[in-house]
Amino acid sequence: MPLAHTDRAYETELKDLREKLLSMGGKVEVAISRCVRSVTERDSQLAEKVKEGEREINRLEVEIDDACRRLLALRQPAASDLRFITTALKIVTDLERMGDLAVNIAQRAFELNQAPPLRPFPDLTKLADLAQEQLRKALDAFVESDVQKAEEVMKGDELLDTIYKKLFNELLIFMMEDPRNIRRTAALMFVAKHLERLGDHTTNVAEMVIYMVRGTDLRHPRSRQAELERIERG
Amino acid sequence: MQPQAQISTVNLSAFFRSGRALKEVNLQVLPRSVLAVIGPSGCGKTTFLRCLNRMHELVPGAYATGQVLIDEQDVYARESDPVMVRRRVGMVFQRPNPFPTMSIYDNVVSGLKLNGVRNSNSAQAQKSLEQAALWDEVKDRLHAPATSLSGGQQQRLCIARALAVEPEVLLMDEPASALDPIATARIEELIRELRERYTIVIVTHNMQQAARVSDWTAFFYMGELVECAPTEKIFTNPREQRTEDYVTGKFG
Repeated sequence: MPLAHTDRAYETELKDLREKLLSMGGKVEVAISRCVRSVTERDSQLAEKVKEGEREINRLEVEIDDACRRLLALRQPAASDLRFITTALKIVTDLERMGDLAVNIAQRAFELNQAPPLRPFPDLTKLADLAQEQLRKALDAFVESDVQKAEEVMKGDELLDTIYKKLFNELLIFMMEDPRNIRRTAALMFVAKHLERLGDHTTNVAEMVIYMVRGTDLRHPRSRQAELERIERG
Repeated sequence: MQPQAQISTVNLSAFFRSGRALKEVNLQVLPRSVLAVIGPSGCGKTTFLRCLNRMHELVPGAYATGQVLIDEQDVYARESDPVMVRRRVGMVFQRPNPFPTMSIYDNVVSGLKLNGVRNSNSAQAQKSLEQAALWDEVKDRLHAPATSLSGGQQQRLCIARALAVEPEVLLMDEPASALDPIATARIEELIRELRERYTIVIVTHNMQQAARVSDWTAFFYMGELVECAPTEKIFTNPREQRTEDYVTGKFG
């Protein structure tokens, strides 16, 4: 049974921060799921809900930033508390960006839903499913402090990129086949790009979870080869 | 190759009449570095400090076993003279304790006089006061009573007094706990400057102070050394759960 902080108010503040982050993560998950369905099911009402939900996500971002600053200034956190708070400060930005991407996708849905449907693209569904699964897994990794899950997310991003590239080419060919498709296909291309970016933000979250748990920063391996080898050797 | 440790303890244990206060402590301090010793009350951190210059044994019935090597010489060796040890290993205490009847100047040179040094005292006094960042404030009133100084100045005077005999190691037992924040900041700044010339071991209850001034931090708990690591590591990612629990404020 892990020990609680002697200062109960501090313990509560950390718990509140954690709950706010989880709540924000949950809202981002819902936004992503809705914006994807607004495209695949051609449902503009869902797209509308995504736009409404963004305000809540933005509000939580500011609240979480505030809570982190307050904790840093007043509690001088150390060790795992410090890593948790700095992680919160970073992933909150990624979560907020994901919220923005959901809105961008919803906006493309409005356009697409006003025009006649295009033929289905199974790779788009695949991309959307994987992006959502990745996000869910990254948030689980955060909740459970699960390094293994976070590592799976980092690996999963490669697959996401591969599907994106394949889909991009499919859409390009589809445009070339008939110029009348260009406007709608371009909208789909944006949707695909936003999903791919979503994957990148998800990967950031996963990297920060690993830092939070282990205390080692694994980001940018190519720029930091020597340093990471040193960390590896201990 | 590892740099030679200035201080190393080998299986150092310390006892009072009532029982053991330190258990088999093995620890190294590199030359010209600051080691902070942290831990809850009664964890043995002050006892550890007082073993380093053989002050622990001044308590009736108290003794230490194991070795304390300063520059590879065992301060507990049979031929070792405690007075000589304390000259090489200076100490500054929690409350400023200048000799109350002496002037500022006499306080600084008191250690030299006790050691039979007669010449060039004034040059040495000035040097020590400069190193203790007090010279500019007292140079025009060196013969004023030490007690005319503020608490923070008195503490720096005690540091100057310790430095006058040119020790290799400076031990500080909560040197800023009786001072206000500005005087504390000056002492902390001074510790960073002294680190250029001396090896410093500081005991502190204030974890943020340990984080600010030290290169290495040792965490003691119930007489045991739990973990000694670079300060940044102790405060961002300690190895031991007990250290983690202490620095995050879960006990102590």
